[in-house]
Amino acid sequence: MANPVTIEELSEAMYRMVKEATGVKKLKPTDLTKAMMEHFGPERCSKEACKEALRRLMDSGRCVYTYYGGSFVELPPEEGTEI
Amino acid sequence: MGDENKPSQTPKLDELEKGPWPSFVREIKRAATKSPMARDLLGVLELSYEEKVGHWKHGGIVGVRGYGGGVIGRYSDVPEKFPNVAHFHTLRVNQPAGWFYRTEALRAICDLWERHGSGLTNLHGSTGDIILLGTRTEELESTFADLTKAGFDLGGSGSDVRTPSCCVGPARCEWACYDTLNFTYDITMHFQDELHRPAFPYKFKFKASGCPNDCVAAIARADLSIIGTWRDEIQIDQAALKEYTENGIDIQADVCERCPSQCMSWNGKELRIADEWCVKCMHCINAMPKALRPGQERGAVILIGSKAPIVQGAMLSSVLVPFMKMEPPYTELKELVGKILDLWSEEGKSRERVGEFIQRVGLGNFLEAIGLEPKPEMVAHPRENPYVFYEEYFEEEPEAASETEG
Ligand code: SF4
Ligand code: SF4
Repeated sequence: MANPVTIEELSEAMYRMVKEATGVKKLKPTDLTKAMMEHFGPERCSKEACKEALRRLMDSGRCVYTYYGGSFVELPPEEGTEI
Repeated sequence: MGDENKPSQTPKLDELEKGPWPSFVREIKRAATKSPMARDLLGVLELSYEEKVGHWKHGGIVGVRGYGGGVIGRYSDVPEKFPNVAHFHTLRVNQPAGWFYRTEALRAICDLWERHGSGLTNLHGSTGDIILLGTRTEELESTFADLTKAGFDLGGSGSDVRTPSCCVGPARCEWACYDTLNFTYDITMHFQDELHRPAFPYKFKFKASGCPNDCVAAIARADLSIIGTWRDEIQIDQAALKEYTENGIDIQADVCERCPSQCMSWNGKELRIADEWCVKCMHCINAMPKALRPGQERGAVILIGSKAPIVQGAMLSSVLVPFMKMEPPYTELKELVGKILDLWSEEGKSRERVGEFIQRVGLGNFLEAIGLEPKPEMVAHPRENPYVFYEEYFEEEPEAASETEG
């Protein structure tokens, strides 16, 4: 793979995407993966790398999963946020 | 409670305590003697029965760090009336394969749940998990920490691989055609990422039964059903058959005539089976377990596409792979599932189960995309094969039709 994008870069790019979408659109994990593959191209970014980047992002606590009839990736709620 | 002169606070729920059967109301009342959450749960339920509306809101932002499944968020919409159930989240805990527990394990779960939640449990949910009912958001991480310390992990929920489940298999049952327990543990570990991090259009369930008796009803409830079978001859012990006749079994009427394939014959002394016609229904084996056994060349049939929603839209599985050897490390099955999950994740619509996806794109296209050759044994049910198309025949038809036209 030519100059593959690092997992950290991918995680960061995913985080930025989630942040920008906050309040506008709820993003599914597959939306993030598809966007990353499109942005970095299949030569630099694989599905496995996206999976790992998402796992790290979620493990870090910077994003959380939510469920509204489907599963989404969002920023963690502010203290005291109601659903 | 306990004071017979005091009017009941839950007259409607009390009705559900009547009769000889177990009552969830009775159990919640028992828990309510020491759990304020259980007490308020009775209150909110009574209110719902009274007003004929539910008082729960589901979903939202609840879970444990890094996981997207295993916690189902539930909030009351009348928290001012019942503050102890303002949050009432459910935890799904991955059950051991075949639901075998040591009593210490059960005690550990009950104890930790009394510390962190309502103390109410449901063993087991319809997917198979241990269900822990009712806790607050701030208790989730500490509950999870205690669960993992006790050797448990959360199960699936949302759009992920749901906790795989299986029958008791070879641990208790002589009909098991493969080791359902080992298999279930193996795939649970293999699909950990998919189980905890939802990335699919919708849920995906695995269920494993050791033989066609299908004690976990995999054929009706799992997106992927793995049902034990054999492909050689049913083993017959003619001497044991004699014992059955001496004990009053009418082999002709009770067994042969009830064989759905009519492939058995009994001349009063010897039983013959035309195994090539046997549809593996298990009737004869169940009727005379000492005399008949599944064959020796054992494995599983892999079926796809069932679902059993509560309201509407139930579907049964159809056969995807008529026979697969089921030996660790189950590489063939894992590779096949990997292809199915990739395709469905890529092309499936939101909240579309894999069976619905297959119906939408067409069985032929689905098979082509996952690289499986259609086979006559890929049946939806006996004598209906939705996978094999006679394309060449149809292609020739216009020509044939034009010859007869006019
Ligand atoms: S499905 Fe078959 S192997 Fe499994 S417990 Fe039932 S009878 Fe036994
Ligand atoms: S398993 Fe069922 S179909 Fe096969 S021989 Fe026995 S009764 Fe007939």
